[in-house]
Amino acid sequence: MVEGTKESKKSEFEPKIVGFLCNWCSYAGADLAGTSRIQYPPNVRIIRVMCSGAVDSVYILRALLEGADGVFIGGCHPGDCHYLDGNYKARRRIVLLRDILDALGLEQERVWIRWISASEGQQFAETMKEMTEAIRKLGPNPIAKQWDI
Amino acid sequence: MRRIGVFVCHCGINIAQNVDVEALTKYASKLDSVVVSKSYKYMCSDVGATLIKDSIKKHELDGVVIACCSPRMHEHTFREVVSDGGVNQYRLEIANIREQCSWAHSDREKATKKAKFLVRSAVAKAKLLESLETSTLEVNHDALVIGAGIAGIQASLDLANDGFKVYLVEREPSIGGRMAQLDKTFPTLDCSSCILTPKMMEVANHPNVELLTYSEVTGIEGSIGNYTVKIKKKPRYVDVEKCTGCGDCATACRLKDRINSEFNMSRGKRGAAYMPFPQAVPLKYTIDAEHCLFLTRGKCGDKPACREACDQKAINFDQKEEIVELKVGAIVVTTGYDLLDPTSMYEYGYANSPDVITTLELERLISSSGPTLGEILRPSDQQKPKSITFILCVGSRDETECTWCCRIGCMSALKHVYLLREKLGDDVEINVCYTDVRSYGKGYEEFYRTVRGMKTNMFRGRPSEVQNMGDHQKIDIFDTTTNKLFEITTDMVVLVPALLPRADAGDFARLLHLTLSGDGFFLEAHPKLRPMDTFVNGIFIAGCCQGPKDIQDTVSQASGAASRVATILSKEELEIDPLIAAVDAEVCTGCGICVEVCPYEARVLNEKTKIAEVNDALCTGCGACIAACPSNASIHKNFTKKQLLDMVDDII
Repeated sequence: MVEGTKESKKSEFEPKIVGFLCNWCSYAGADLAGTSRIQYPPNVRIIRVMCSGAVDSVYILRALLEGADGVFIGGCHPGDCHYLDGNYKARRRIVLLRDILDALGLEQERVWIRWISASEGQQFAETMKEMTEAIRKLGPNPIAKQWDI
Repeated sequence: MRRIGVFVCHCGINIAQNVDVEALTKYASKLDSVVVSKSYKYMCSDVGATLIKDSIKKHELDGVVIACCSPRMHEHTFREVVSDGGVNQYRLEIANIREQCSWAHSDREKATKKAKFLVRSAVAKAKLLESLETSTLEVNHDALVIGAGIAGIQASLDLANDGFKVYLVEREPSIGGRMAQLDKTFPTLDCSSCILTPKMMEVANHPNVELLTYSEVTGIEGSIGNYTVKIKKKPRYVDVEKCTGCGDCATACRLKDRINSEFNMSRGKRGAAYMPFPQAVPLKYTIDAEHCLFLTRGKCGDKPACREACDQKAINFDQKEEIVELKVGAIVVTTGYDLLDPTSMYEYGYANSPDVITTLELERLISSSGPTLGEILRPSDQQKPKSITFILCVGSRDETECTWCCRIGCMSALKHVYLLREKLGDDVEINVCYTDVRSYGKGYEEFYRTVRGMKTNMFRGRPSEVQNMGDHQKIDIFDTTTNKLFEITTDMVVLVPALLPRADAGDFARLLHLTLSGDGFFLEAHPKLRPMDTFVNGIFIAGCCQGPKDIQDTVSQASGAASRVATILSKEELEIDPLIAAVDAEVCTGCGICVEVCPYEARVLNEKTKIAEVNDALCTGCGACIAACPSNASIHKNFTKKQLLDMVDDII
């Protein structure tokens, strides 16, 4: 990023978002967004996991410590989990993780968990637009900066 | 150190137009452990595969990253390629730079940048991927077919004729489905019963088919090759072994002709003891527990009339619901469709007049075995109508109701026009209000031309309103071919309603872990290349449960699904993916958390060693135990924590 005043830096700020998407619903939903040529900001970079319930809090914290400005977890809709109840496990885990985010001085809104089905390409794209804008407003991840020092 | 090869696919221009593939290839070549990086126009082609295989040999690769379409598309293809080339197939990682990059981001610079991160992260994982061997699983050679309409019957017959045992489950008292309700089929005007009933008989009498009618699937466990399915057999209150189908119970039933017949789309009546239609298979009576006086109130006159009337002593009010458990290797879902209830579209006046009916109701009126024995009579006064108007696309191709085309509406209406002309001659005026006439199948356009020549008034447009004027209906329609507003006065209106997923399709999908598409029908694994497969291995779909289609397409798809099932059932053993959980016994503390979180009971705590174990046959590789393990003793093969964390590091 080019040097500039604080103001212009903020307007140029492009958030880095790491997405953990479950193979059966959200990853397929992201594929469908692409297949349907629905455009969304390229800020999200996706890692495929088999189930949202397999996303360890460590992955999320590592992403934030490494400099991700936001982390997105995508799972199947409640009741629709390919593995019965992995999405509920993910949801509980995120609730617990929020306390740790507080302790780290990170805004809870940097970690999103959403349910997106394999047929919701539009929904996926909308959610990515929404999240990118929300994180852009929050500004860069403050602890990532400290880590760099 | 690993020797990784990166192969970047242009996918024609699909990837290349938004991602600078040359820059990406060059970037990849500089990544740690990457010894070769190449790009090609179509990596999935024979030439592309050869390029990969040759590179593996030449550069002695032990890991491969392919930057291409989604792994859900071609991971399987490329696994075979790398395996052929001499690298373990599980040492392949795909970077999805098409669906999740080039197709979603038109800004070339940004898309290229994102693609670089995706490739870097894939390389990070590839560096740690382990060689794995597939294990094998014994296959149960029986099949289950759910839903016994024409699709289910066809799939069952194909499989049974291939020599496989088939369980055919149907929730209604008789098999036959929607096709049994039809009088004739377009465009050949085959008598529907004449082509369907022999198949119903054949499937019922086939030595390899076990029919479970009036039964529903309530639970499913296991996976491809070994499913355990729970079936609820609803009580008929009739002993099917004793029932001869004589009909004495139905004649005696105190509610005779007082309950709307579902088969006749409420255009006819039945009793509580009933057979849905005379050609029902099995030819057995059923007592409708929802209406039967004895079953609902505990009293039916002095004694239940049906029980008294039955010579065979087949009526048994003590029958109880029964749960049977079946073991099968693969499943075909053929659960059919519902039709839109036009009541919700008040402008068409369906609720306001008995003379506004739907196509399926007309079908029952036209049918010689229907409530009017094939005579076309106006419901309100039982007189022959002088004018009949069809309204097509009721709820179909409509953004407020169903966006999709029902694919059978135009042709079924044209078929009705033909049949009405045949039955009523030139005395009747026939109007058709259409949006477009979609006559896309073999012989359809020709049939359309024939019907156009049969004094049919065609109006291109959707009526704004159908008004009940008492002894006739008034329709306002703006015809877009003449740009004129017409007022049609007609005796009877026939609505062609949209074709919907079954009302309980969502619940059923949840039960079987199937996915629904946006319209609510079951989603196929790939619209073109895997149209009968679902995302659940071993479960296939056919017919209208997948989306609207006509009988021709339904039968083709059913045979296709049967063939897909036969591919599985004909094997003695199946290879199963080794991407499942494992335990690092050195680290495991025996806390048992993994046993608790496992949804498949694949985790057990060894009582002696106090170390958790994994039952490979039951583990589905969801990864729940990995995220839950507090001591990092749980391992998800090739989705390990180290691999995932390295991916995270390199994707940022």
